Amino acid sequence: MEDINRFGPELALLIAAGLIVVGDVTLPMRGGTRRVASVALGLAGLAVSALWSLVLIVADERGNAFDGLMVVDDFSLFFNFLFVGIAAVIILASVDLLEKSRFRAEYVALVLTSTVGMMLMASTVDLIAIFAALELQAISFYVLVAFLKDGRSSEAALKYLLLGAVSTALTLYGMAYLFGLSGSTNLNDIAAFVAGADSGTRPALVLAAVFLAAGLGFKMAVVPFQMWVPDVYQGAPTPVTAYLSVASKAAGFAVVMRVFVVALGHGLISSDWSNMFAAIAAISMTLGNVAALAQSDIKRMLGYSSIAQAGTFLIGLAAVAANDPQLLLGTSSVVFFLGTYAFTNLGAFIAIIAISNKIGSDQIGDYAGVARRSPWLAAGLTACLLSLTGIPPLAGFWGKFWVFNAAVRADLVWLALIGVLNSVISAYYYVGVVLKMYTQEPANDEAFQPSPYLGLAMTAAVVGLVAVGLYPAPLLDASESAAAVLG
Amino acid sequence: MLLPLGSFGVITLVSFLGLTRDGSWSPRYSGYLTIAAIFVAFALSLWALDGAIDADGARVGFDGHKWVVVGELDVHIGITLDGLSAIMLVVVTSVSLLVQVYSQEYMRGDGGYNRYYAFMSLFTASMLGLVLASNIVQLFVFWELVGLCSYLLIGFWFYKDSARRAATKAFLVTRVGDLGFLIAILIIFSETGKLGIGDIHEAAIAGAVGSTALTLFALGLFAGAAGKSAQFPLHVWLPDAMEGPTPVSALIHAATMVAAGVYLVARFFPVFAESDEAITTVAAIGAITAIIASLLGIMATDIKRVMAYSTISQLGYMMMGLGVFGIVAAIFHLFTHAFFKALLFLGAGSVNHATGTFDMRRMGGLAKYMPVTFWTVFIASMALVGLPPLAGFWSKDEILSDAWDDRPWVFVVALIGVFLTAVYVGRMLFLTFGGEYKGGEESEHGEPGVHSEPHESPTLMLVPLVVLAVMAAVAGLVNIDDGLKTLIEGWLPRESEELVTHGGFQWWIALSSTAAGLAGLGVAWLVYGARVVESDRVRHIAEPLPEILENKYYLDWLYEEFFVRGLVLGGAAWLLSLWDRYVIDGAVNGVGTVARWSADQARLVQAGQAQLYASVMLIGVVGAIAGILIIDPK
Repeated sequence: MEDINRFGPELALLIAAGLIVVGDVTLPMRGGTRRVASVALGLAGLAVSALWSLVLIVADERGNAFDGLMVVDDFSLFFNFLFVGIAAVIILASVDLLEKSRFRAEYVALVLTSTVGMMLMASTVDLIAIFAALELQAISFYVLVAFLKDGRSSEAALKYLLLGAVSTALTLYGMAYLFGLSGSTNLNDIAAFVAGADSGTRPALVLAAVFLAAGLGFKMAVVPFQMWVPDVYQGAPTPVTAYLSVASKAAGFAVVMRVFVVALGHGLISSDWSNMFAAIAAISMTLGNVAALAQSDIKRMLGYSSIAQAGTFLIGLAAVAANDPQLLLGTSSVVFFLGTYAFTNLGAFIAIIAISNKIGSDQIGDYAGVARRSPWLAAGLTACLLSLTGIPPLAGFWGKFWVFNAAVRADLVWLALIGVLNSVISAYYYVGVVLKMYTQEPANDEAFQPSPYLGLAMTAAVVGLVAVGLYPAPLLDASESAAAVLG
Repeated sequence: MLLPLGSFGVITLVSFLGLTRDGSWSPRYSGYLTIAAIFVAFALSLWALDGAIDADGARVGFDGHKWVVVGELDVHIGITLDGLSAIMLVVVTSVSLLVQVYSQEYMRGDGGYNRYYAFMSLFTASMLGLVLASNIVQLFVFWELVGLCSYLLIGFWFYKDSARRAATKAFLVTRVGDLGFLIAILIIFSETGKLGIGDIHEAAIAGAVGSTALTLFALGLFAGAAGKSAQFPLHVWLPDAMEGPTPVSALIHAATMVAAGVYLVARFFPVFAESDEAITTVAAIGAITAIIASLLGIMATDIKRVMAYSTISQLGYMMMGLGVFGIVAAIFHLFTHAFFKALLFLGAGSVNHATGTFDMRRMGGLAKYMPVTFWTVFIASMALVGLPPLAGFWSKDEILSDAWDDRPWVFVVALIGVFLTAVYVGRMLFLTFGGEYKGGEESEHGEPGVHSEPHESPTLMLVPLVVLAVMAAVAGLVNIDDGLKTLIEGWLPRESEELVTHGGFQWWIALSSTAAGLAGLGVAWLVYGARVVESDRVRHIAEPLPEILENKYYLDWLYEEFFVRGLVLGGAAWLLSLWDRYVIDGAVNGVGTVARWSADQARLVQAGQAQLYASVMLIGVVGAIAGILIIDPK
C-alpha cells in the first residue's frame, strides 16, 4: 500500500485519463458536452494529483517505492507540482483548439499520460524505469504533435518521431554502457561504482555519459540535438508547442540532473561532463539567439529562443563541480530557472495563441499595433518577453541571475560572460516584438478579446511570473531543498 | 522615514488609475493627481532632508525587511536615507513637480494625456526607489524600471518613426551599460557574498575583496553609470532621445535618469576610492565626454540637441569631479545643474510652443516677443557657463579647484570645457533670441505657418520657468559656507571620507574660469552676434573638424552599421546562408533522386532533412566523445 500511496499522484492522472477515454466512448453526450466533460475531468484529475502530492508532503511520506524503482523526495515533488501546473494551463489553453476536433477526449488523455511520463522521469531512480518513463512521455507527445492532422502537423510529427527514435537509441546505448560497467541499473549503485572506479574505466564512462547526454539533449533541445525544434514547433498545434517547450524540456533536465548529478556526480568523470555541458551551453545560447534574430515567424523565433534558454540552464549544470556546496548551487539554480521559465514561456505561448487566432497569422510583422487592439494580451505578452530577456523585477531575471551566479562561483566566469552577452542579444528580438505591438499602426482597429480559457491561462502565468519576480524566496527555498536531495 | 515610500506607492497607484479609468476619468484629473502626489513626495523629501541634516548626513537607521533569504543569498529590502539620498530626493521631486505643472499646459489636448502622466509618475517613483535602495539588487531593479520608463517616454509619440528609433536606441545602448552593472553584481556577490550597499563598502575598505575583482566591480558599475549618464562611448542615445515630449527631456535628461549614473558612482564612492584604476577611468571618461560633447554642441542646429550635448558634457564634469575624489563638488554640481538644465529644456519647449520648431536657424529675435522666456533662459545659460554669482559658477568652480588639487591635467581639460561651453551657449542665445525673427516652421507651400507672430507662453508654463530661474540663480549659495559638505560626506565611512578632495575656493581659479567663460561668449558674439567673423570662414579654417562633428565622430555609423547591422545581423545572415547553401542544398542534391521519386508527400516530409538532422546528432556525439578523450586524455 505504501508503494501505491507514493505512486498516488501519477495514479490519479492515469485513472482520470482512462475515465476520459472510456467515458467518451460509452456515455451518450453531445459534442459540446463531451468537450467540457473531458476538460473538466482532466482538470479534476490534475487537482487530485496535486492534492495527493500535497498530502505526501504533509504526511512526510517521502521514501522509496517499488523496490527502489522510484522515489518520492523533494526533487520529485517539486517537479510533480511543476508538471501538474503546466498540464492544467495547457488543457485550458487547448479548449479553443478542441472545439474544431473530434478527438477531444484523446487529446486530454494524452496530455495526462505525458504528464505521468514526465512526473516519473523526475521520480524514477532506476535506468529501466527511467527509460519506460521517457517512452511514455515521448509516445504521448508524438501523437499530440500530429494532432492537427494537416500536412505541416503530420510532417512535424514524423520528424519528431524519427529523430525521437534516434535519441531513444542513443539513450539506451548510454544506459547499456552504465549497466555493463556497474552491473546495476539503480542510480545509487552506479554512483557507488563510479565513485570507486579507476581511471581505466574512464573512456567507457565517457562514452556512456556522452550517449546519455545526446539522447537526453534531444529532450532538452540543446545544440546539436535541437535540429527538430523549429520545424516541430512551427508545425505542431500551438498549445502542444508550448507544452513541448516547457514541460518536455523541464523533464529532460530533471532526468539529466538525476542521472548526472546522482550517478556520475562524484568521481572521475564529473569534470568531463561539466566541461561538455559548458561547451554545449555556450554553443546553444549563441546559435539559438543568433538564429532567433533572423526569424519572421514568432513560433520559430520562440523555438530558437528556447534552444538558447536551454543553453542557459545548462550553465547551471556545468557549474555542478565536484565539491558539495557548489553542487547545490548549480542544481538549485537550474531547478529554480526551470520553474520561472515554465511560467514565462507558457504565458508567452498562450498570448501568441490568443493573438494569432484572431489575426490569423504567426508572422511577427502582423503583430503590428496589437497593443491598440487588445491591450491586455499585449501587456501579458510583453511581461513574458521581458521576463525571458531577464529584466528585473520579473521572474526571468532571478533565474538568470541565479544561474550566472552559480557559474561565477564555479570559476566559469567565461561561461557567465557568454551568458550575459547572449541575454543582450536576445533583448534585441524579444523587444522587437514588443516594439511591433506598441509602436506600429495596426492593419485594422478592430479590438479583440482572448477566449475566457486563454485569458485565464495567460493571467495565471503572468501573475506567477510577476509574483516570483517580486518575492522569489518561496520558489528559491523549494528549489534549494529539491536540489539538496541530489547532492 | 517610511513616508517617502508611501508617496511612491501613491504615485504608482496613480499610474494604474490614470491608465485604467479612460472613460469617465477626465484626463486632467490624472495630471492633478500626479501633481498632488509628487507634491506630497516633495514635502516628504524636504522632511527627509531635514532629518538628514540633523544627523549630519549620516545614515538614518532603518533596518530592512527580509526579501530573499536563501542559503547564502540574503537580500534585505531597505531604505538608505542619508545626506546623499536626501539631496537626490529633493532634486528629483522638486524638478519633477515643476515639470508636471508645466506639462499640464504643454501636453494639453494630446491624445495620450493619461498615458503621459501614468508614465511620468511611474518614472518619478522608480527614480525615488533607485535613490532609496539599500542593496544593489534592489537598486538594479529600479535602475531597469527607470530605463524602461524612459524608453516608454522617449517613444511617447510612437507614430513618429524617429521617436520609435530613438526609444529603441536608448533602450539598447543603455542595456549595454547595464550588462556591466549586472556583471559587477555577480562579481561582488561571488567575492563577498554580500549585496547590501553598506556591506559592500565595508568589504571594499577592509580589503576583503581582491584588488582586481574590486577594480572590475567598480568598472562594471561605471559601465552601467556611463550608459545611463550618457558618457563616452555610450552617449549616443541621449541626443536622439530628444524625440520625446520636451517636458520629458527636461525631467529625464536634466534631473533624474542621467543623474542616476552619477548617483551610482557617488553611492559607491568608497569602492571607487579604493581602486586607483577605476577612479582614473572615471576621471578620464568624464574628461573625454565633457570635451567631445561640447564640441558637438557647437555644431548642432536643433536647440534641444544643443541642450542634450550640453547635458552630456556637464555630466562629464560631474564624473570628472568624482574622478578627482571631489564627491562634494560633483553632487553639488548635479544639484545646481538639475535646476538650470531643467529650465533650459522647459525654455526650449516654450520657444517651440511659440514658433513650432526646434531649429535655431528658423528662430531669432525672440527676446522681443517672449521676454519672460528670454530672461529665464538667459539666467540659466549664464549659470551653465558658470558666471558668478549664479549657481553653476559655485559648483563648477569647486570641481575645478578639486581637480587642481588632485590631478592638474583634469583641471586643464575642465577649463577648456568651460570655454567651449560658453561658445555653444552664446551661439544658442544669439541664434534664438538675437537678430531678426526668421519665421518659425514653414508650411509646405513655403509660406510662414500659423506661428507667423511668436507669442509668449501661457502663465502655467511660465511659473515653473520663473521658479527654476530663481533656483538657478541662488542654488549655488547653499554651499557657500560648506553647507553641503557635511551632508554629502556624512554618510561615508571614515576611511573614505579622508580621501575626499577639498580644493577650497581660490581666487585665481575662479577668475580664470570666469575669464574662459567670457572668452567663449565673446567668440560666440563675434561669429553669431555681431557677425564680425563669417561662420563659414571659421568652418573652413577648422576643416576637417566640422565634418567629423556633423557625423558625430562616426560613432552612430560604427554602432549601427558596423556592429549591429554588420557583425550581428550580417553574421546571422551569413551563418544562415551557409546553412542553406551547404547543408540544406547539399542534402537536397544528395537525396535528389529520392526526392523526385517520392513526389508530393516526400516534399512535405522532406525525408532528407530528417536524415540530416539525425546525422548532425551523431556527429555531435562523436565530436563530444572525441573532444573529451582527445583534448583531455588525462
